[in-house]
Amino acid sequence: MKEIKASMAGTVLNVLVAEGENVSAGQAVLTLESMKMEIPIETTEEGEVGTVNVNVGDFVNEGDILVVMK
Amino acid sequence: MLKTINETLQETKARIEAGGAEKYHEKLKAQNKLFARKRLELLFDDGSYKVEDGKFANNQADGLPADGVVTAIGKVNGQTVCVMANDSTVKAGSWGARTVEKIIRIQETAMRLKVPMFYLVDSAGARITDQIEMFPNRRGAGKIFYNQVKMSGMVPQVCVLFGPSAAGGAYIPAFCDTVIMVDQNASMYLGSPRMAEKVIGEKVTLEEMGGARMHCSVSGCGDVLAHNEEEAIESARTYLSYFPSNYKHKPEKVEAVIPKEGRNLSEIVPENQNVPFDMYEFIDGLVDEGSFYEMKKLFAPEMVTGFARIDGKVVGIVANQPKVKGGVLFVDSADKAAKFITLCDAFSIPLLFLADVPGFMIGTKVESAGIIRHGAKLIAAMSDVTVPKISVVVRKAYGAGLYAMAGPAFEPDCCIALPTAQIAVMGPEAAVNAVYSNKINEIEDPKERMKYVQEKHQEYKEHIDIYKLASEMIVDEIVSADDLRKELIDRYSMYETKEMTFSERKHPVYPV
Repeated sequence: MKEIKASMAGTVLNVLVAEGENVSAGQAVLTLESMKMEIPIETTEEGEVGTVNVNVGDFVNEGDILVVMK
Repeated sequence: MLKTINETLQETKARIEAGGAEKYHEKLKAQNKLFARKRLELLFDDGSYKVEDGKFANNQADGLPADGVVTAIGKVNGQTVCVMANDSTVKAGSWGARTVEKIIRIQETAMRLKVPMFYLVDSAGARITDQIEMFPNRRGAGKIFYNQVKMSGMVPQVCVLFGPSAAGGAYIPAFCDTVIMVDQNASMYLGSPRMAEKVIGEKVTLEEMGGARMHCSVSGCGDVLAHNEEEAIESARTYLSYFPSNYKHKPEKVEAVIPKEGRNLSEIVPENQNVPFDMYEFIDGLVDEGSFYEMKKLFAPEMVTGFARIDGKVVGIVANQPKVKGGVLFVDSADKAAKFITLCDAFSIPLLFLADVPGFMIGTKVESAGIIRHGAKLIAAMSDVTVPKISVVVRKAYGAGLYAMAGPAFEPDCCIALPTAQIAVMGPEAAVNAVYSNKINEIEDPKERMKYVQEKHQEYKEHIDIYKLASEMIVDEIVSADDLRKELIDRYSMYETKEMTFSERKHPVYPV
């Protein structure tokens, strides 16, 4: 099980994957908005998305767990 | 039959050159490590080292050939270099009195010859049994670090870390310009996991606490993470090719190579300031193919630092990476760039700043981590360089981000804007919000409100239009991204004679 964490504090702009979806290494799973910039959050490994812990509009802090892979 | 004096000499030499006992050589193999003398052969041109001193150190003692360190002089890419290499088959590469004296002497040689110094480190640390002879005295281990500080900026100092560098020994890499670490084997720590458990009660693995990957991605103590020893040594040879032998010389020019084939640079940079792009692709299109040598790739990746060649000439690149954390400057990114800039300036490597930066990060987390003083450190390092310094505003340069990336006030030789450049205290969204927030909130109809905000955005964008800024001579030139390489080739060539002294004072009071 691998956790994908927020690289910096910001707001969830969009969620690009659904639970149960297969993703490949380097794929963006969601986008944060921070400092007026779009920050893609990518997975470093391929696998299946377990749970998505955040919704669009949520504030997240650096290090918060956004997505848990199966 | 009596041995001849020559036979005695040859036998003694052979015994010393074989290093420690066979079982320790077996252990090396099991760890995917190479023998110290093999490492030297890989480092030097044609596998040969020309000169070795102190080979017979401690030869009368049992099991201490060369006292656990090889000190030699040889050639790397034709450049003379001095090297020390711990031999971990001899008492785990630990330091006795003669080990320390040998390291000090090879450092002194490097200083006299004004040539680069390599530290091939693989050592368990001090031999406690020898502490009085090697630790506190005038020519004890402290002198190694004193010498390193003295040599810093005089000659390149490179550490290749193959195994542990423990306690005091961990300062050898710390004082080097650059540390190349072998994944899984290299480690750096003040107290071992065993000591950590005893003294502070922490249970942790060596890899987690002081492993190569951690140091190259989290602590910032490592610069390059190599898969194996051969790769690490090859990387060290490549690294040195960007450097002159000492601060009095300039890096060597090599034959020019055209950039890697790819998209036009103008296609890479999106006009929308908020959308990420990959700065690596931009750099690839700008520099000679295959010439980019990245420093601290895994650490603070929102800032890219590395050496490259443009038209065969070495430059040091400091670039924001909008693909990671929006290219925002953090504590670690500031720290990373500050050290890199200092390194380039020390050895006459011209600097190229590629700015696409929304500014320094804000919020409790970074403020309490001291982002202001780390930002000040970067700005100080960037300010007092005397090498040719070119600032290119690739896209946005907001707030102190403009300053950190060698903006106009910091005396770059020129500040070039691409047509996508936007220079401002802050971006349009933030600025309109800051100035008109009361008014925006007073408008009740959402459509009217949106219209008002968009009008103000438009006004603001016109206010900071790059042609307007060029008209005010804030930037020196506007060039198409597609012409940037040619522009840089011409400018660096014109700036070659640059000679300046930043200040006559002793040194600044560094904001560290």
